[in-house]
Amino acid sequence: MTSTVNAAALALGDDALVLSHRLGEWAGHAPVLEEEVALANIALDLLGQARVLLSMVGDEDELAYLREERAFRNVQLVEQPNGDFAHTIARQLYFSTYQRLLYGRLAATGDGDFAGLAAKAVKEVAYHQDHAEQWTLRLGDGTAESHERMRRACAALWRFTGELFQPVEGLDVDWRELEADWLASVTAVLERATITVPDGPRTGAWSAGAGRQGLHTESFGRMLAEMQHLHRSHPGATW
Amino acid sequence: MTSSDWPLWEVFVRSRRGLSHTHAGSLHAPDAQMALRNARDLYTRRNEGVSIWVVPSVAVTASSPDERDPFFESAADKPYRHPTFYEIPEGVQHL
Repeated sequence: MTSTVNAAALALGDDALVLSHRLGEWAGHAPVLEEEVALANIALDLLGQARVLLSMVGDEDELAYLREERAFRNVQLVEQPNGDFAHTIARQLYFSTYQRLLYGRLAATGDGDFAGLAAKAVKEVAYHQDHAEQWTLRLGDGTAESHERMRRACAALWRFTGELFQPVEGLDVDWRELEADWLASVTAVLERATITVPDGPRTGAWSAGAGRQGLHTESFGRMLAEMQHLHRSHPGATW
Repeated sequence: MTSSDWPLWEVFVRSRRGLSHTHAGSLHAPDAQMALRNARDLYTRRNEGVSIWVVPSVAVTASSPDERDPFFESAADKPYRHPTFYEIPEGVQHL
């Protein structure tokens, strides 16, 4: 396993792990029982992907529970707090669209290091995107309040979307083409949901995004503390 | 967890090709498309199904418990309605 493959596995694995934990935070708090199960199912799919990817790099538990904040390589989008339900859905729409397009390309490489995982995961991710899309349509084209909340969430997270397309070393992907496809796909959903596509910057000085270099936003530290405290308090504990 | 004012849906799952859809349970959802997705998450996560139907619960007409006797009891004392009532003559094959 070369070091660039390791780095890529860490980046994709951390994306999946961190978003999985965020979605897991909805357990006991989701607006309705059915939706809680749906979010937990998505979280479990992502956790499964994270386990495979992190195991390519080393011991999955050590990587998940014993690394410091600066050692995580996930994009900043996935660590953003759940906010209201619209924020969770906007985050999912942006990320799952990216993941579906990326995994689709990795699966098509046939014999790349990630082809096997991607071929399996792309089916899961397609469902995640569909779930987020269905909710975006219903909230955007729903009541005045749901429209406003959905619009606000899409706008607030927009500046985190440029980072998704910073090339990850070790992945043989045309990132510009990936970004163009992502923009087209997200734009189509937002337009159907009667939401104006946000016009804020996605790259440059006023955008966010250095998660792949280990720089994270404020709330990530608190999330990690909660995620890691059991393992750190009781090293080697088993069921 | 607040209670939902979404309508109730009955879920039917076909576990294998060739079998019929079987009632699996019910759930709340805002519309049919979401009901289908919720059903997928609630009832087919462990490979239980190849096809799902969702039906609005209000569309189901059910027999009343008060009518149980006229509906069902009269069948109980007529054993000749069951194939086991009849003896099979010797020599009959493929039965």
